[in-house]
Formats: sequence, structure tokens, C-alpha cells
Amino acid sequence: MVYVIRRLLQAVFLALVMSFLVFTGIFAVGNPVDILIDPEATQAERVRLIAQLGLDRPFHEQYFVFLGNVLQGDFGNSFVYNRPALGLILERMPATLELAFAAIVIAVVLGIPLGMYAGLRPGTAGSQTVMAGSILGFSVPNFWQAIMLIMIFAVMLGWFPVSGRGQVGEFMGIRSSLFTVNGLQHMALPAINLAIGHLALVIRLARSGTQEVKAQDFIRFARAKGLSEPRIVLVHLLRNILIPIVTLVGMSFGGLIAFAVVTESIFAWPGMGKLIIDSIRQLDRPVVVAYLIVIVVIFIILNLLVDLLYSLIDPRIRLDGAKQ
Amino acid sequence: MSDISVPPAAQPLEPTPPPERPVWRIIRDFRRSPLALFGLALLVVIVAAAFLAPWITPQNPYDLRSLSIMDSRLAPGEVGFSGTSFWLGTDGQGRDMFSAILYGLRISLMVGVIACTSALILGLTLGLVAAYFGGRIDTLVMRLVDLHLSFPPILVALILLAILGRGLENIIFALIIVQWATFARMARATALSERGREYIEAAQSLGLSRTRILFGHLLPNCLPPMMVLYTVEIASAIALEATLSFLGVGLPATQPSLGLLIANGFQFVLSGQYWISVFPGIALLLLIVAINLVGDRLRDVLNPRNIT
Amino acid sequence: MSLLEINNLQTHFFTSGGVVKAVDGVSYHVDRGEVLAVVGESGSGKSVTGLSVMGLIEEPGRVVGGSIRFDGREIANLPAHEMRKLRGARIAMIFQDPMMTLNPVLRVDTQMVETIHAHREMSKSAAWALCRDTLGRVGIPAPDERMRAFPHQFSGGMRQRVAIAIALLNKPDLIIADEPTTALDVTIQAQILHLMQGLVEEDGTGLVWITHDLSVVAGFADRVAVMYAGEIVEQATTDGLIEAPQHPYSRGLIGSVPSRNRRGARLAQIPGGAPPALNRPQGCRFAPRCAYRLAGCDAPQTLRNNVRCWRADELPAFEEVPA
Repeated sequence: MVYVIRRLLQAVFLALVMSFLVFTGIFAVGNPVDILIDPEATQAERVRLIAQLGLDRPFHEQYFVFLGNVLQGDFGNSFVYNRPALGLILERMPATLELAFAAIVIAVVLGIPLGMYAGLRPGTAGSQTVMAGSILGFSVPNFWQAIMLIMIFAVMLGWFPVSGRGQVGEFMGIRSSLFTVNGLQHMALPAINLAIGHLALVIRLARSGTQEVKAQDFIRFARAKGLSEPRIVLVHLLRNILIPIVTLVGMSFGGLIAFAVVTESIFAWPGMGKLIIDSIRQLDRPVVVAYLIVIVVIFIILNLLVDLLYSLIDPRIRLDGAKQ
Repeated sequence: MSDISVPPAAQPLEPTPPPERPVWRIIRDFRRSPLALFGLALLVVIVAAAFLAPWITPQNPYDLRSLSIMDSRLAPGEVGFSGTSFWLGTDGQGRDMFSAILYGLRISLMVGVIACTSALILGLTLGLVAAYFGGRIDTLVMRLVDLHLSFPPILVALILLAILGRGLENIIFALIIVQWATFARMARATALSERGREYIEAAQSLGLSRTRILFGHLLPNCLPPMMVLYTVEIASAIALEATLSFLGVGLPATQPSLGLLIANGFQFVLSGQYWISVFPGIALLLLIVAINLVGDRLRDVLNPRNIT
Repeated sequence: MSLLEINNLQTHFFTSGGVVKAVDGVSYHVDRGEVLAVVGESGSGKSVTGLSVMGLIEEPGRVVGGSIRFDGREIANLPAHEMRKLRGARIAMIFQDPMMTLNPVLRVDTQMVETIHAHREMSKSAAWALCRDTLGRVGIPAPDERMRAFPHQFSGGMRQRVAIAIALLNKPDLIIADEPTTALDVTIQAQILHLMQGLVEEDGTGLVWITHDLSVVAGFADRVAVMYAGEIVEQATTDGLIEAPQHPYSRGLIGSVPSRNRRGARLAQIPGGAPPALNRPQGCRFAPRCAYRLAGCDAPQTLRNNVRCWRADELPAFEEVPA
């Protein structure tokens, strides 16, 4: 329990630091007046906004105004859509989250068994294929994979639609396109695209973990006890390789949200990623700032969750961490 | 009566052969993997082709005057208006794909190598300094590194480029910022484990200056894992640059990198003119795979436990 | 009929550097209720012999010849599923390093109960109770709490006790212990030995105790087999070996154990080292280090009266004489 509280405090501190960095970043790059106020605003608007955002006040006061606004969720209005920036982002978030979720599921559900197989039976044709495939998986740039996927599966074979998000269904109060067939069809290619890079990593991690663990004495001891092979692999081996994989998956969820930027652009998926790219191109700065803060918060929460999950799986951490 | 502790009839032990020098062992072990050799060969071919691009390509794709819109979107192997045959087809503006790809590889390689090498030097220095001096400097550097590494590289690069705008120097700068932290962390970790070793203590007790110990003794021993990381990160840098150019925030249109070529070709994929996107993609793919194959094997070779 | 009878066992490892004949014609037997110590240095093949009995030799190793009879049944190249039924049930093994023998991420009770369930039907609560009682039997205090703990919460000696408890769960006829006390402190060593002695007497289990440390053996084992470079060089009762070792290597071993008679005297040593496994001499494998070596030692040696030395009868009587 102490451990949890300590981590929470660290997280809050980190968030504060990040917000300060973002703020200084805006300040350092140019005139915040230009950044936060639409260049096309009228003079009267400018005066009002300058007063409201406190841009005529000293630096540290500005920061507190900024922080205050942030905590209330006010990032100003998007130049392009003329609506609150934060609202725009939160609107698009579910689409990105469901995509990232689908990608993680694919990466883990396929990756762990494939990696374990490659680790348990090295040298076989199957495992060499898996390993060669994994090198391709993380070498091939994301965006090119997406193009190839579209070209082969959507254009040539016609199995999946080329772009866009499908119909949204509802399940247990959650609305997501995962719950309709049409939605799944639209999600298939982008989710696979997003998943491939991480699938390759999970495979490699599972394989190296398996190779390392299977040589350990306790596996031999388990055999000496007369346990069946399935039990040895699924209980003794798997539990031990899960630890680094969980860390990777946790960390990469954040990376997935980032890489979604590319996938969403190509597949015209209406998520946060596409929004940020468009915003950057269109110089819609309030949205960019809001996105940064949101990402920071997501990351911090993710790190916290991973740490907690980690301590659940590895009892050594749980019990010793409390002493530190 | 024989005394067990005196061995009158014992044979002399055979002298063990002198250990071979590490460099040779590395080269020998590297050669054992056919896949790695293939990767190395591929890499050499690609780099050579890119380097020699101005001399071996039929066309300079940057020279707008040499392009003819009449030649646009020709399929691979077709003969153009001017009579030249385009092996890999042409793009939407009549550029010969083969030339464009080679020039694009050139830019990609150049950007990747410059950015990565600078990041290596920066990260290595900071990591070594942090490890050697310890204390507050160490904590400061490590906090910076941790902060840095908790964000996905693409996001950091995107934001930086959004602020700085397009351009060659900006891209290289962004890449350096993205990559230095990985090198710094590895350098520090290696330096920490080396710092406790005896040869450092010996050097210290000889009264050698700190700079000399740092750069003359600690540095050479930290290099092997850094080299492995370097190959991996070069591939990363190249892929990242391509992605950024693809998204339209990377290299400007006047210096078309492979990413931009692929982006331009995307719109034609739907109408079946695949070559404009696919061929640059394959070139990029081959380059990255080659680097990764070499780097993979290098990593296995430098860590003796992994040799198969 | 002996409980375990190994006859001319050969286990070879086919490595890229050549064939390593780790076990090259080893024969010994163990009866019920008997403790046999197998003594030798690293590389002598003593552990590989034990692993071969358990069927735990993996690629690139293989049992290539000889026979292993357990309770009259040939088990040398038994199919895997048959061997699995024996392991942990009728033949149990204890390993050297208690740190790594137990899976660090699973609880102790999980690892104990699964051993029972792998071999027989028993309700979870009955199995749990049996495990807890066995923990108590091997001298672990507060077994109820300890059952729910994780391996890293135990000390080295405790972990080894847990491993012993696991070995006992299914009441095996034979236990093979591969250097179980080597990684432990000397005082803990004595405790574990004492514990094993008691258990073996109570249950009538046969015990093969593999070790490189002769001092452990005296007063504990009934008989001793001395191994060198993949072969047995001498087999005798414990008392017999200690008082009158026949083979020069055994003499060296006994002679090099510090004992009270020789306080202040220089410790005897056997010079040199064991031959590399890939490049053993054709004749007597100990000859390069032997003080009694003659020309006749270049011929391959066989066992005569359980001693692998053609000159054994001619050698001077063994005395504990300081240098």
C-alpha cells in the first residue's frame, strides 16, 4: 500500500514537471501570443484573450494561469474547428484507444505462443521462419506496411475496406466499433498494421525469455519431479517469461498510441493521431498543446499501471519493494 | 616408499595456445552466419549504389528540367517519350524511379548516419561523464534520460518538427534529440560496470588524470555494446526519417527522401500503379533489413553466451 | 536383487568439438535402505550418471550403451511417458543449488502439491496437508505459513530442505542426491546430512549421494564408489576405503583430507588436473598424475576386485604418514 501511494506521488510530481516543460517550451519557441491566439482573431479578441490568459503578466504568474486553465481543461479553442481543443481530443480518443487495444491483443495473443515455440524448438524450419518474419516485422517501416496491406488485402483481394472506421456498437455501456461486424472489418487492417511491429518484438522477447528460462535448474527439477511437459511449459515456463513481456506491453501501449499517428493517417481512422498530424500541418497550436498534455497524462498513468502489474506478477518485487 | 606429494613420474602439462586477439574472434564468429554475411553484402551493395548515384543513374531527379510530364506514370520497363526505357517506371511527375530511389537512399543514409553518429557521440560523452563522476551529475543526467525515454520517439520528433519546421538541419537535429538518450543510457550502464573493474583502479593508483582515464581507458572498453546499439539505431533513424517525410513534416520536396516518394505514390496505389510506392519501399526495406541482420549478428557475436 | 543396478553405462555427448564420453562404462548398484556415496572431482561423470538414471540427459547427450535396472526393470532408454511416471514417484532427485531448484515465481505449496498430483489422485486439501506434514518432517518450523511463501523468502539451507521434502512426497524407493550440500555452509551441511540419515533409516529408501567432498561421506555412507574421468576406479565399503584405499587416486583423496593425526603437517596433494574430456589417455587415465606409474600403465585398465589398477596389490600399504 505504501508502495502504491509513493508511486502516485511520484506520478503527480512528474506530471507537474512535464506541464512546466511544455509551458516553457511554448514560451521558448516564440511569442505565446502567436501560439495561443488565432492569428486571425480580431484586435478586440486578442486583447480579451491576452488578459484572460494572462499573457501580459510575468513568467511565473503566466505559468500558474496556464496550470489553472489546464486543470480546468481549458486549452483554448482550436483555430480550425473553433471549438475547445480538449473536447476535440477527447472526442477522438475512443477511436484511438480501441485501435491500440486491438493491436495489443493481436500482438500478445499471437506473439507469446509463436515466440515460445521458436524458443522451445530452435533450429526447426518453423522457428526459423518465425524469427525471419520477426526481423521483417520490425524492420519494415510502419507506413509502408500499411500501404502494402491496403494494396494486397483491400485493393487486390478486396477482403477489407480501404479506409475509415466502421459502425459503432454498444456493449456494457461502452461504445466501440469492436462490437459490430462492420466495425471489425474496418478495424482489421489498421489494427494488424499497428500490431506488426510490436508483434515482432513480443515474439523476440518471448523467444529469448524461453531460451533463457528453459535452461534453468528449476525446469530440470520440475522434470525430475515427473511433471508433464504441458504443465512445465504452461505453468513454470510461461510465468517466468511473462515479466519482461508485461513490461514491454505496458510500455508499448503508449508507443502504440504514438504510432497510431501514422496508421490513422493512412487509413483515415478518425482518432487522436490523425487529429494531431492534421493540426501540426495546419498549425492549430492549441490542439497540439492539448494533445501533448493529454499524452503526458496517459503515459504517466500507464507507467503507474505497469509498475503495479509488474509487482503483482513477480512476487520478489512486491515483497522487497515495500522495504525500499 | 613413495611420497604422494612428490610426482616423479608426472607428465608436464601441455602449454595452452595463446588466446587469439578479440578482433579476429569477432570477425571469425561473425562469418559463421550465412544470414549475416548476406546482410553485410546487401548493405555494401546498397551503400555503394547510393554513393555512386550521381554517376550511375540515367537521370538526376532533382533537376526539374530533365523531367518530362509526358513520361509520367509509366510502368516498369516501358519506354518513355524520349526513348529511354525506365526500368522501374516513373512517378507522377515523370521522374525515373530508379534514379529517384538511388538519390533517395543517398539522402536517407546521409541523414541517418550523421544524426546517429552525432547522437552516439553526445550520448556516449554524457553517459560516461555521468557514470564516472556519479553523484548529482549522474542523477541529473539519468532523470533527463528517463524522461526522454518514456516518450515514443516519433512523438518527440513530430512535436519538434512542428515547432521548427521542415528542412534538412531540422530533421537531423530532431533525430539527434530523439536518439541521444538511448546511447547515454547504454554508455552509462556499461561504464558503471567497467568502472568497478581493476584496471580502472590500477590507472587511478598510477595517478593518471581523470580525462585520460575516462577517454583512454574507460571509453575503449565501453565501445562494443555501443557499436551494436549504433547499428540498431541507424536503422531506427532511417526508418524514422522516412516516416516523418512520409507524413509531410520531414525533408522538404526539394530533397526527396524515400519517405516522400512513397507518400507521393500512395494516391496511385488505388488505381493499380503500385510501382511508385512499392519500389522505394522495397529499397528502404532492404536497407533496414540489411542493417538489422548485421547488427543482430554483431550483438550475438559480442555476447559469447549467445553463439549458436 | 538390488534396487538399482547400473551395468557398463555409457553416456556420450555429441558436441561440435567432438564426442565427450562423460560416462564410459560405469557399473554400481544400490540396495534398499543402503547409502552409496559416489565420489569424484568435477568432470568425473558422477552427476551425469545420476541424470542418466533419471532419464534427464538432453541433447546433445544420449545414453549410448549399458543397462540401468531399477527394481529389476530395464529403464535405460525407456519411452518418455513411462520414465515420467517413475520420476518424482519411485525415483526422486535432489540437485545442488537450492537457489535455482525452485521456481521463483510460484509458491512453495503450488510446487509441492503439483508433485503429488502429477502421480496420484488426491484431494487438494489432503495433498496440502501431506505437504505441510512433510515440511515439518524435514525440520521446517511453522510449516503452515511456509507453505504459502515464495522460495526467495527461504534461506539456502531451508530451500534444500524443501527440495528434500518434495523428493519424499511420493515415498520413493530411491533418492539420487547430486551434491546437495555443496552450496551450503558447513554447519548447515551437517544438519542436512543428519536429516537425510534419519529419513533414510525410517523409510528404508535407497540413497545415492553424489559428492566431491570425501569428508562428508565418512560415518554416513555404507559404501563408496570413486569415479575418475568417466570410470569407476574403486568401490568399497566406507570403512574399508578410508582405512585401506587401494587405487592411487583414492589414496590421494583420502590422503588429502585434513585429519587430526596430521596437524601441522603439510597437506598432501594430487598434482596436476584431470585430463580434458575430449583428449583422454588410452591407458590408465590417472597415469599422468600417478606417483606409482610404470610402463604397464599405458594399457587400458580394467576393474580387478573393484579396483582399476593392475598394480594395486603391489603398492605399499597405505599409511597416514606426513610428508
